Amino acid sequence: MNIPVLKFDAVIVGAGGAGLRSAIQLSEAGLKTAVLSKVFPTRSHTVAAQGGVAASLGNSEEDHWRWHMYDTVKGSDWLGDQDAIEFMCKKAVEVVVELEHYGMPFDRTDNGKIYQRPFGGHMSNFGEKPVRRSCAAADRTGHAMLHAMYQRNVKANTQFFVEWMALDLIRDSEGHVVGVTAMEMETGQVVIFHTRATIFATGGAGRIYASSTNAFINTGDGLGMAARAGIPLEDMEFWQFHPTGVAGAGVLITEGVRGEGGILRNASKERFMERYAPNAKDLASRDVVARAMATEIKEGRGCGPNKDYVLLDITHLDPATIMKRLPGIREISIQFAGVDPIKEPIPVVPTCHYQMGGIPTNYSGRVVVPKDGDYNTVVPGFYAAGECACASVHGANRLGTNSLLDLLVFGKSAGDSAVEDLKSGKAHRDLPKDAADFSLARIDAINKRKGGASVHEARLAIQRTMQDHAGVFRFADMLKKGVTQILEVEKMVENLEIKDKSLVWNTARVEALETENLIEVAKATMISAEARKESRGAHVRDDAPDTPEFPNGRNDKEWLKHTLWHREGNKIEYKPVNLTPLTVETVELKTRSY
Amino acid sequence: MQREAYERLRWRCIRRGLLEVDLALTRFLEETFDRLSEAEQQAFAELADYEDLELWHLISGQAECEDARLAPIVAMLRKS
Repeated sequence: MNIPVLKFDAVIVGAGGAGLRSAIQLSEAGLKTAVLSKVFPTRSHTVAAQGGVAASLGNSEEDHWRWHMYDTVKGSDWLGDQDAIEFMCKKAVEVVVELEHYGMPFDRTDNGKIYQRPFGGHMSNFGEKPVRRSCAAADRTGHAMLHAMYQRNVKANTQFFVEWMALDLIRDSEGHVVGVTAMEMETGQVVIFHTRATIFATGGAGRIYASSTNAFINTGDGLGMAARAGIPLEDMEFWQFHPTGVAGAGVLITEGVRGEGGILRNASKERFMERYAPNAKDLASRDVVARAMATEIKEGRGCGPNKDYVLLDITHLDPATIMKRLPGIREISIQFAGVDPIKEPIPVVPTCHYQMGGIPTNYSGRVVVPKDGDYNTVVPGFYAAGECACASVHGANRLGTNSLLDLLVFGKSAGDSAVEDLKSGKAHRDLPKDAADFSLARIDAINKRKGGASVHEARLAIQRTMQDHAGVFRFADMLKKGVTQILEVEKMVENLEIKDKSLVWNTARVEALETENLIEVAKATMISAEARKESRGAHVRDDAPDTPEFPNGRNDKEWLKHTLWHREGNKIEYKPVNLTPLTVETVELKTRSY
Repeated sequence: MQREAYERLRWRCIRRGLLEVDLALTRFLEETFDRLSEAEQQAFAELADYEDLELWHLISGQAECEDARLAPIVAMLRKS
């Protein structure tokens, strides 16, 4: 079949924060750069980020990148690579100032500097007391960031391919990445992007869970493509959860609701937090509350016909207080839970929020894989940044406001690395003869199949399995069953059928292709989680409790290592954590407590 | 609405930046859209082109719609 080939120096898949930041580096260096996106760039999920971006500018009080580094290592529960963490925290000031120069309307202090606010986990003087480190643009930081960087790209002549979906990575016989296949949704045409550099910035895959704060677009396309091309996925057992998402919808109910006196109740209306945290009760830390909720549900005390949620009760509060202090909460509850919280409690569940793992990279944004005993062999021509990548700076848990920082720093460094690698001026490597065959065969199978599973059913099966078996609190028996079950669900995904066979604007086909990416992330998560027999950061197992020998259930002797999941044979291997920063001394292992 | 135009609109409703907007527009498309007049469907398509935050502020009642043509659709989105 004759497939059109578009030649670019670089293609970037994804036009959220990381993709746009990479593209600036490439286009401003004069390289011919294409950015592919399923949606218009300013509609990427980065728009949902409100908290701000962390940088030790020290505008509001004394601060230092080494303090930020310490907080990030501690937040990661020591699973983060300390070279990458040093790199990120050091670079933070530079990337924030650059963003300001791009026109980002940061909030300001009276004397015109960027205003900084405190954020959970960010401390001064190596964990001593909270520090103001987050730079924000009101409650629309992500939105403003996307706009500023999109405009900068337009000026730099970045070529955008909007409403295009990347399908598969193209690697030649020596393993070099030489481009991607992609489909234009409007025409259904499959095209080869033949490149010298390919950068993945496709965001997270939070839609593998039934309850997720992620927008529908977060289907892990980059992770699926990487896995199918033989690239392992790193630390996929680590997902950050928020305790209170609206059941069945995922929309976040802010922690402020409990701060104002909201009470969590089970099916018999019991205030169950009194049993788990007799002092702090409903105001206990995020992970304690989320685990208590998961335990109530697992032990059959959940609410509703399926006993799969608990209730957040604010009916005892004065309606005037709710309206004044918790704006938007009543609307969210009415819109997405169908209840007016002034009269009835809100159904809530622990909800997936952020993916710490991803495509393994080094701090320069180059994708690395194990080869001949070297865990960090660069895959030539391939780069990744942002939530789809694992540098690894977030390790086992991410600090708030470090996600926007991650996408700026590593978006930029991936772009810089590609510019450096392309400097030699080497020509495009040849495309394999069968470059598009794999993608075409996948599409053809979906088009022709009759009597297969519906995309909707398969997606629900993935989400239900992940939520029930690899949620915020994990149980050995559930994980074991989860592995069997997700491999069953995989068979459904291998057998997807769509009713609409049209070529042009076939959204059902795009959703089927997305589901083929979701399943790769789901398998990686379940299998990696089952295998890691300790608790660390966001991965908390019932059978790895807090003991004097293993505080918080963390077992550094056996488990201070990164997981690598390989799609082929669902093989797991491990690689060491880098505890050696670039220039400073290591942040010594310690129990993580706040 | 012609198939192609509808599918394009569907994509722009089911893949947004904000989950809140995904949910509100998807539900509207599934439950209400077919019952609208052609002019109303067109007005909805225009709203779907708004930025996510802007649209969410309208749907959640944190902002009022000043365009008289679109306001009735916003009202329906709030209720649906």
